[in-house]
Amino acid sequence: MSDPLLARLDPPDVGKDLTPRVVDTFATTRGPLGEVLVARSAEGVTYVRPVDDDADHTGFRAEYRRRLGRPLLPDDGPVPAIDARTRVDLRACSPFERDVLDVTASIPAGQTRPYGWVAREVGRPAAVRAVGTVLARNPVPLIVPCHRVTKADGSLGRYMLGEAAKARLLAAEGADLGRLAAFTTAGVVLIGSDTTGIACLPSCHHARRITDAHRVPFRSAAAAREAGYRGCRVCRPGV
Amino acid sequence: MTGTATDLRAALVDDLDDGFAAVVRTYQGLLLGTALRLTGDRPAAEDLAAEAFLRAFRALRDYDAGRIAALELRGWLVTVLLNEHRNTIRTATRRPALSGVPVPERAAPDPGPADVATRADPALAAALAALPAVQRDAVVLRHVADLDVPGVAAALGVGEGTARSHVSRGLARLRTLLAPPDRSAP
Repeated sequence: MSDPLLARLDPPDVGKDLTPRVVDTFATTRGPLGEVLVARSAEGVTYVRPVDDDADHTGFRAEYRRRLGRPLLPDDGPVPAIDARTRVDLRACSPFERDVLDVTASIPAGQTRPYGWVAREVGRPAAVRAVGTVLARNPVPLIVPCHRVTKADGSLGRYMLGEAAKARLLAAEGADLGRLAAFTTAGVVLIGSDTTGIACLPSCHHARRITDAHRVPFRSAAAAREAGYRGCRVCRPGV
Repeated sequence: MTGTATDLRAALVDDLDDGFAAVVRTYQGLLLGTALRLTGDRPAAEDLAAEAFLRAFRALRDYDAGRIAALELRGWLVTVLLNEHRNTIRTATRRPALSGVPVPERAAPDPGPADVATRADPALAAALAALPAVQRDAVVLRHVADLDVPGVAAALGVGEGTARSHVSRGLARLRTLLAPPDRSAP
């Protein structure tokens, strides 16, 4: 190789292992409800699913290959338990999916918001069904708390890990499910305070502070508006 | 070498994830070194090589065993890297505000010595980027990735004569781009 240009083209040895950047790993670890399967990239948790009975986790790995399109191997080290503070890697999501998951992650623990609220918050108020679809296939349940998103009437609705798990998670976070269910049964979706003229979603912590004597129930945002109420700036109920 | 490639193809057919991890271990030196020549920048080279591997994995998902068994992994991976790099150049050209590969009309006149510490050679990368795509691909496959002419021809999907001519024209153009400026010119 006497030609200096050819010598210059010869690739150098960069000496760096790309494996952690290219190959993701998975393991069983602890979640708020017990054992879950968790896949991770170098950037964060990419995928969480309920544990399965299959020792090889064939379905989990096939789904990962289809959805994430990244190689996945068993993790040989200890994997930390997951909770709402676990760092996630959502690069495989579309911008709309990321927006929906970001907004969902902003719902405080122990509180609930309807699908329509999430659609409004991402700036696509008509996309309620699309929001439901995104959350039904949430790649990182338990970390991004899709269990805090309910049907429009406040009833819990479906959940990837089962409706009972949804109730258990919310109860563990301090939600008063009996109180919320009573509002749903009565057809109440908003609660106003006649001292402030402000309407809240029932699980908003401001709504919980309204005393019985001053609580004004509403069956719709339109009804609250007509009564001259404005929406709470914290829970933004769309009034 | 051939033995390795055969083993790797069998490993990919047997278990795509496991097999691919072995592919990364085997070819990351080649892809990183080639990416460094193309980008002239360490972080960009790592991004490019990692992205190329992931693109290759996504492609392999849809390949059946027969197609994997017939893959010339080395040339195929470098071709994936070259295509990924071309997309990066396009994106950087469309969105000049983003940091990316500079695409000069001509390479910087005085290339200067290659950066010894990072083994990066930005002037060479700029000159490569200024080549017509097919010449760049041919030069990189032949003289960076060290494929033989039939390998280059197969990777480019052209005849050997055409491949040889792309390589030699690309090299000639590189020499012009990298030549010291003519000081007598006005």
